[in-house]
Amino acid sequence: MTFRKYLVLAGVAVFATVGDSLLARGMKGLGNVNVSLHDLSGLLLAILNPWVAFGILLLLAFFSCYIVALSWADLTYVLPATSLGYVLVALVAHFGFHEVISWTRWLGIGLIAAGVGFVAAGPSVTPSYPGEIPDVPSRTVFPEAKL
Amino acid sequence: MSDLYAWAAIGLVSLASTTGDVLLSYSMKRVGDVGDLWQRCGVFAVASRVLTTPTFALGVIAMGVAFYSLLFGLSWGNLSLVAPASASLTFVLNAVAARVFLHEHVGRRRWMAALLVAAGVLLMAI
Repeated sequence: MTFRKYLVLAGVAVFATVGDSLLARGMKGLGNVNVSLHDLSGLLLAILNPWVAFGILLLLAFFSCYIVALSWADLTYVLPATSLGYVLVALVAHFGFHEVISWTRWLGIGLIAAGVGFVAAGPSVTPSYPGEIPDVPSRTVFPEAKL
Repeated sequence: MSDLYAWAAIGLVSLASTTGDVLLSYSMKRVGDVGDLWQRCGVFAVASRVLTTPTFALGVIAMGVAFYSLLFGLSWGNLSLVAPASASLTFVLNAVAARVFLHEHVGRRRWMAALLVAAGVLLMAI
């Protein structure tokens, strides 16, 4: 694990949480979206809401970081990192905006931090069973992809 | 009634996003370290390599299903229930799926992490 890889994991955590929050904020403003197979316009129009649009943009950034992380780390290693965003948001709310945080939330923060710590202390990638994901050519240089 | 919808959305979001996560993880393991590939062959090689992996497209579709179910769920159900409950359930389902389908070594350390994080996410929403 290099510094750059930790940066990618940080991107996963931050972009996912901020993106989700913006989406939630936007959807709340829209009220109930009527859903029927014949009328999907309500759902498509949701994208025009600036909160929703910016949320989607951040979720795309999250997705890029996420698949990059998955290319060199286990799914069960990357996933807990995504939850660190919740902790960040709560800490910023408390120390930045002086919001009161209930003891259940502090407990939640503790559990998430402990969980992430558990995983981060271990290896980022575990060997798969022999022959499971075959040694595909991608793990070597592809001459045809030279650009 | 809206509770039923909310839980249906939670179930759908968790299942779809677990399916998507597993497919994406599988695809990206086949692609290999993106950083290395980028340095060796450039960004276009990375993009074409990723986009031509068939399971990647399936994973993106599953993620899309999860995303839209979450949108529905957020507008129908209780915001403070749908998002954390589906996130929490996804952590546990993913640990199971990563072991079964990706054959990751989900040892005691990673089980503990999945459960702690799932519980923590739920607690933070209460």
